[in-house]
Amino acid sequence: MSQLETNKAVQMVNITKTFGSLVANDKVCLDIHKGEILSLLGENGSGKTTLMNMLSGIYLPDSGQIFVDGKEVSIASPRDAFNLRIGMIHQHFKLVPVLTAAENIILGLNENRLVDLKTVAARVKEICDRYGFVVEPYKKVYDMSVSEKQTLEIVKVLYRGADILILDEPTAVLTPQETNMLFDVMRNMKADGKSIVIITHKLHEVMEISDRVAVLRKGHYIGDIATCDTNPQQLTDMMVGRAVSLNIDRPEPENIRECLVVKDLTVLDVDGVKKLDKVSFTAYGGEILGIAGISGSGQKELLEAIAGLQIVEPGSSMMYTAKESDKAVELAGCNSMDIKKMGVRSAFVPEDRLGMGLVGSMSIPDNMMLRTYGNGRSIFTDRKAPKGMAEKVVEELQVMTPGLSAPVRRMSGGNIQKVLVGREIAANPSLLMTAYAVRGLDINTSYTIYHLLNEQKKQGVAVMYVGEDLDVLLELCDRILVLCAGKVSGIVDGRTAKKEEVGLLMTHLGQEAEA
Amino acid sequence: MKVESKEPLFRISKRGAMARGKAWGIRLIAVALSLVVCAFIIFAIVKMNPLKVYGAMFEGAFSTSKRTWVTIRDTMMLLCIAVGLAPAFKMKFWNIGAEGQILMGGIAAAACMIYIGNKLPLVPMLLVMAICSLIAGGIWGLIPGLFKAKWNTNETLFTLMMNYIAIQITSFFVAKWENPFGSNTVGIINARNQAGWFPSLFGQAYALNVIIVMLLAVGMYLYLNYSKQGYEIAVVGESENTARYAAIDVKKVIVRTMGISGALCGIAGFIAVAGASHTISTSTAGGRGFTAIIVCWLAKFNSFVMVLIAALLVFFEKGAIEIASRYNLNDYVSNMITGIILFFILGSEFFINYKVKIRGSKEETK
Repeated sequence: MSQLETNKAVQMVNITKTFGSLVANDKVCLDIHKGEILSLLGENGSGKTTLMNMLSGIYLPDSGQIFVDGKEVSIASPRDAFNLRIGMIHQHFKLVPVLTAAENIILGLNENRLVDLKTVAARVKEICDRYGFVVEPYKKVYDMSVSEKQTLEIVKVLYRGADILILDEPTAVLTPQETNMLFDVMRNMKADGKSIVIITHKLHEVMEISDRVAVLRKGHYIGDIATCDTNPQQLTDMMVGRAVSLNIDRPEPENIRECLVVKDLTVLDVDGVKKLDKVSFTAYGGEILGIAGISGSGQKELLEAIAGLQIVEPGSSMMYTAKESDKAVELAGCNSMDIKKMGVRSAFVPEDRLGMGLVGSMSIPDNMMLRTYGNGRSIFTDRKAPKGMAEKVVEELQVMTPGLSAPVRRMSGGNIQKVLVGREIAANPSLLMTAYAVRGLDINTSYTIYHLLNEQKKQGVAVMYVGEDLDVLLELCDRILVLCAGKVSGIVDGRTAKKEEVGLLMTHLGQEAEA
Repeated sequence: MKVESKEPLFRISKRGAMARGKAWGIRLIAVALSLVVCAFIIFAIVKMNPLKVYGAMFEGAFSTSKRTWVTIRDTMMLLCIAVGLAPAFKMKFWNIGAEGQILMGGIAAAACMIYIGNKLPLVPMLLVMAICSLIAGGIWGLIPGLFKAKWNTNETLFTLMMNYIAIQITSFFVAKWENPFGSNTVGIINARNQAGWFPSLFGQAYALNVIIVMLLAVGMYLYLNYSKQGYEIAVVGESENTARYAAIDVKKVIVRTMGISGALCGIAGFIAVAGASHTISTSTAGGRGFTAIIVCWLAKFNSFVMVLIAALLVFFEKGAIEIASRYNLNDYVSNMITGIILFFILGSEFFINYKVKIRGSKEETK
């Protein structure tokens, strides 16, 4: 065996995997070198996660070979993968909340002797010291922040002796500071000789952390390139298959008017915990107001309260003014039915697309009439108008669908989102609220969505954009409201604010004065 | 280099959407296969020619005109209940209280026959009976609906317990209306003047049953698939969050739908009393309120598929009784047959949704 081949930790050769008629991976060949950080890049549905799942034993390839350290192997379960020293950190954490960190780490190890948690804790500490993690072995998972949970997942994989680590979109849920910490740890692991594969959509992270980039497009392997020899533009072109402009437009706001004046908005959850605490701000028609914050800081409650889906506490006020009128109406204390009756035209793209915004088992036309099915006197639903609207949305937003009558659940995340956004915009709203509108969407679709939001802004709509990617928030939004633990920790100008400034506001309270 | 092969024997993967014709083909094959399996079992256990047993089952259901009509009558009864359950189950409201709703409807119909049987001409009489049954069954459905909407009670337990209350109420009325005295049954109501009985139409005693139930079935199909209320039911059934997002009054939909569901089951009670047995007892519902749930789910709430499934189940029931009596077999044999066939039909859904690849096969079918 030549020197070159022994340098390869993993070789995947001609891997094919199909789901029904969908070809997720088509004869993909991928090498992972020893001691490198490899970025796996691709649009949604390009087969990145599928490919890595075959390496970690979740799926079996339909055909093709996998070599680990030069030996052909068959990985039929995650246990096989661990035996081959391959570990994957999934996008959705696989931890048991009621157990402690140490207990989660040894869970599933099936050791034949009594487990001494103290030795486990000692080994965990050793791993942490080596790479610069911080894990408290006796802390319960439900007490942990997202970043702590992720650290725990990584330590869990290292504890099992993994030499090849796969991280599936690890930074999606982290603040910039947490991301930097993660990258430091990754560099330490690389220095220790581990191979790391990171799946991400964020190009600047790819540029920052990885040694090499491999690109997939629609299940095909496009190629790989050393990170130092490339730039974001080239990577995007490889990913999308054609040239794409990476700049987000930000037209100057015109004819600004007050659309929604929120004062002292307070919302409690079922346990009486304050999810929103005296939130006050104004959303103007003709501008995009970004809302930033660590996930769970009250973004969901804020939008749902405005849509009439949350019970607000007395003393809260939300004054809404429609586009063509100057009469303000109070939304606080109204539920979604009252708001509809008052004729308020607020469009809402919720975070949970299939659990709230759309009905997964229904077709596109049936989903189009979700908000308007009740119009008119007839006891029967109007089938024609929604069908026309569905055709229009599919055509204008280039929705890929197996057919208009297929349930929307069958479509990919990006296409589902296009249908949802298309419907909400078609209602000609005065206020448009979007929660994580581009989460999980590929670059191409994301830019389509940004464009649509800008169009609405130009038409005088007040757009509220809850986002998690600070770079996008800073490029797209006119103003950014930062939420921290249910309170407004600051409202900054999107044109002048620094990323670090917003990141700090996300984690620290009591800086209202500075904003 | 030797590959350490750990590929499992079977690999299961999800299929895309299958053409409707092909799906029905698979279901038919499943039924055929199940009959073959049953044949072996029949032969192995009772040492009889399976074809003869099948023949006897068929004769049990269809050998004479009267038997055929009884089969049709019972099919319609089952279908009527399934149609009543459809809106509730489509809303994912687990209404297992059809038994009670049928009994309440039956009591209302029987009460009309006993107290005002001679005072009204036939057509208004039947109308009054239908309305009373509708209201009685509707109330029995509304109660769990209201509790669900108001306090989010568990509808499964609630509707189940409502059944027992209905059975007790029926016992009370059976005792009250006992005829002849001491028999502990109500006996045939209005046996002499047949007041409140379904009239013969076109020379057939059960033609009216068919007409009423088929009208309800078609109506329910239109209601669920084309009306605004049907749309609301579908949305609420899929996700209450989506329904609230769409400004649908979830509570109102739950209460209204359960009222409709109970009312139609009440109508089933009316048909059972006025159109079939002409008496009332605690076994008037006879477990059909539960069997209808199978009909409803297997048909995925499609009225027309429900007709087929109801007919199939009733056919097996009739066949079972026939072979039990003719060959002196325990009717468990036919229950076994029914079970095996249902197992195959349900199992075929798996093959419609998934494909199975056996280890080593290198097929690449598309």
